[in-house]
Amino acid sequence: MIAESGHYALVLALALALVQMTVPFVGARKNDPVLMAVAGPTAVAQLCFVALAFGALMICYVRSDFSVLNVFENSHSAKPLVYKLSGVWGNHEGSMLLWVFILTVFGALVALFGANLPARLKASVLAVQSSIAAAFLLFILITSNPFLRISEAPFEGRDLNPILQDPGLAIHPPLLYVGYVGLSISFSFAIAALIEGRIDAAWARWVRPWTLLAWIFLTLGIAMGSYWAYYTLGWGGWWFWDPVENASFMPWLAATALLHSALVMEKRDALKVWTTLLAILAFSLSLIGTFLVRSGVLTSVHAFATDPMRGVFILMILAVFIGGSFALFALRAPLLKQGGLFAPVSREGALVLNNLFLVSACATVFIGTLYPLALEALTGEKISVGAPFFNATFVPLFIPLLIAVPFGPLLGWKRGDLLGVAQRLVGAAGVGLITVAVVFAMEGGGPILVPFAIGLALYVMAGALTEVVERTGLLKVPLATAFARAKGLPRSAWGATFAHFGLGIALLGIIGETQWSLERIAELRPGQSISIRRYDFQFDGLTTRQGPNYRDLTAHFTVRRHGEIVGAMEPARRSFPSRGTAITETALMTRGVSQLYLSLGEPNPDGSLAVRLYYKPLVLLIWFGAVGMAIGGVLSLSDRRLRVGAPKPARTKTALLPAE
Amino acid sequence: MRRLLVIALLTLLVVPTAIAVEPDEILSDSVLEARARALSKELRCMVCQNQSIDDSQAPLARDLRVLVRERLQMGESDQQVVDFLVTRYGEFVLLRPRFSWHTALLWFGPLAILIIGASGVLVLARRYRAKVGRSAANHEGLTAAEAARVSEILRAGEH
Repeated sequence: MIAESGHYALVLALALALVQMTVPFVGARKNDPVLMAVAGPTAVAQLCFVALAFGALMICYVRSDFSVLNVFENSHSAKPLVYKLSGVWGNHEGSMLLWVFILTVFGALVALFGANLPARLKASVLAVQSSIAAAFLLFILITSNPFLRISEAPFEGRDLNPILQDPGLAIHPPLLYVGYVGLSISFSFAIAALIEGRIDAAWARWVRPWTLLAWIFLTLGIAMGSYWAYYTLGWGGWWFWDPVENASFMPWLAATALLHSALVMEKRDALKVWTTLLAILAFSLSLIGTFLVRSGVLTSVHAFATDPMRGVFILMILAVFIGGSFALFALRAPLLKQGGLFAPVSREGALVLNNLFLVSACATVFIGTLYPLALEALTGEKISVGAPFFNATFVPLFIPLLIAVPFGPLLGWKRGDLLGVAQRLVGAAGVGLITVAVVFAMEGGGPILVPFAIGLALYVMAGALTEVVERTGLLKVPLATAFARAKGLPRSAWGATFAHFGLGIALLGIIGETQWSLERIAELRPGQSISIRRYDFQFDGLTTRQGPNYRDLTAHFTVRRHGEIVGAMEPARRSFPSRGTAITETALMTRGVSQLYLSLGEPNPDGSLAVRLYYKPLVLLIWFGAVGMAIGGVLSLSDRRLRVGAPKPARTKTALLPAE
Repeated sequence: MRRLLVIALLTLLVVPTAIAVEPDEILSDSVLEARARALSKELRCMVCQNQSIDDSQAPLARDLRVLVRERLQMGESDQQVVDFLVTRYGEFVLLRPRFSWHTALLWFGPLAILIIGASGVLVLARRYRAKVGRSAANHEGLTAAEAARVSEILRAGEH
């Protein structure tokens, strides 16, 4: 009964979505306030029904109702409650339902908090938003219905893939989906603006916070996924340039570019056409990401052909939304009037440069991810594009961007003074150069690239702080004065500082981990030891432990540093009888921002055990950096002008250029 | 207990262990081993999804790792080992595709996009300069000295 209610709620939500995508749209064209007013309540009602469906599926999981096919295939009665709940989106059907659920949440948010939007814009935005919801609801109902029953209910479920039985599953997909789907709002705004044929700074002020919100979640979602992969896969990698990862990284790059270009549009009324295009691009990449992950096309082009229904349906959604929006863009973009002019060397110019490199980097990931698919489909030839390719192409594109990052916030709007900014960055550059020298000396030769990269990271960090240090007068005025001034700085300035500083921190972690990681692989018997960088690990023996739906074979290690015990590490092999599979539970020990990482192979019958041990210097900085970026986003989001919706009066500054 | 141990030892050879590079694979020659590891990171485990043979736990990956080490021990160069694997398994085994006519777009695509984007920006910048130049020319009443004086005043006002 509950499953049927959920199914029925989805059908009703689809009906509401169809109403919401047509009636307010017609209303906006005819300027009819009654028709336009339909949008708001429908959006909220749509959310209610999708939430009802989502809740129904959750109840089916909690109750282990194995008469529901989806529950039978992905759950087990002995599974801990948290994995029963997170298992709801640990499969195709459930994750699509989560996708639509978040989509309707965003639609309802616009309906509820969009009171200060022009009525026509609001109606159009909600209509576009609802068309996406309609497409995906239809997709779920036709090809991926999570509420299908089995005629004779099995006694026990097949259980969730053991790798997914991890707290990561409870956090990572929802964060990522909020990010993916959040970009639909800026997309809807862009399409609405193109339909209306006008776009202004108020539009940008509306779009920026939504993009920022999506970007924050996307950043955290990607970071969380990376950490999850790091501790769960057993060899300590945290980024693999896997197509599934790339699918989330491309929208992130595009959203990062969009954030920066929307800034130009909001402040200076320039880059309108480009910002619109980026908004379309960012969400298109989200859709492509969903397609890549969901259609099975990644494993092989042939998997796509054997079960074509879903793939073809998503392909159609892609064609309609991406093709349609680009066609609309080509048709209507010339109508958007270009705004303020700016000199090449200016804050705007720097942001254009940022966009140029971010979009190129994004294109690199796009080409690398889709090239093998395209080549195989066209010529039947199979090639692989993996991490070595991306490292060779993506990294060189990112280095100039990193050098330019500190310049942006210091350059003036309209026309900047490059030399002056360079002088103000002497301190940061000095920090970078000294670091290069120190690291070079410490390394005693070796590849020059490593000291250079570490220096670059510290330069980015110091550069990020330069603006705050200058504006608060830190180091020059008494600390209290500087503190008072710091409180007075706009939150968005703090946001940029945190985000850029976080970027530097992440960079430091990435270089530290990739360049200085140590690895030991050995076969140990109880009583034997292995050591890595001043740490000794003594293998004390194996024990077994029974969990709710698994059995652990735990290895006990005593960790000593210079002979003193610093702790114990207990990696395990976890086997799941329901699926007949086993996974590695790695053990981690955090030392400062570095980690010791221990994972196991299967025990040999002679009682010895294959062990992989890593020392991962600075590795935690990778994720701290990402969190720093997200904090920057939150600070920027809390800026007065975004909260109140009214910009502060511009600082009185005599313009050098004649007003246009 | 002792009998158990004997049985265990007898089965030692057939029990697969699930860990990427296994202890028994590692070569005693550390230079060769380092070369083998570097090569392994560039080679795809063909039955896995986007994993190098260095990362993968699949039996095929293990076979390939052992194969790479055998070829290196025979004195082959890195290039010879890679060539051998490509003739055997095709280019699919390479995680970094070779440059050829059918991968030209892959390798030059990013650069091409950067160049196209950069030239687009340059064209716009030039157009801007032309526009500013025109509007400057419109201030006909000003002599060069006056124009210089105006910009001096404006600059003073800015600070």
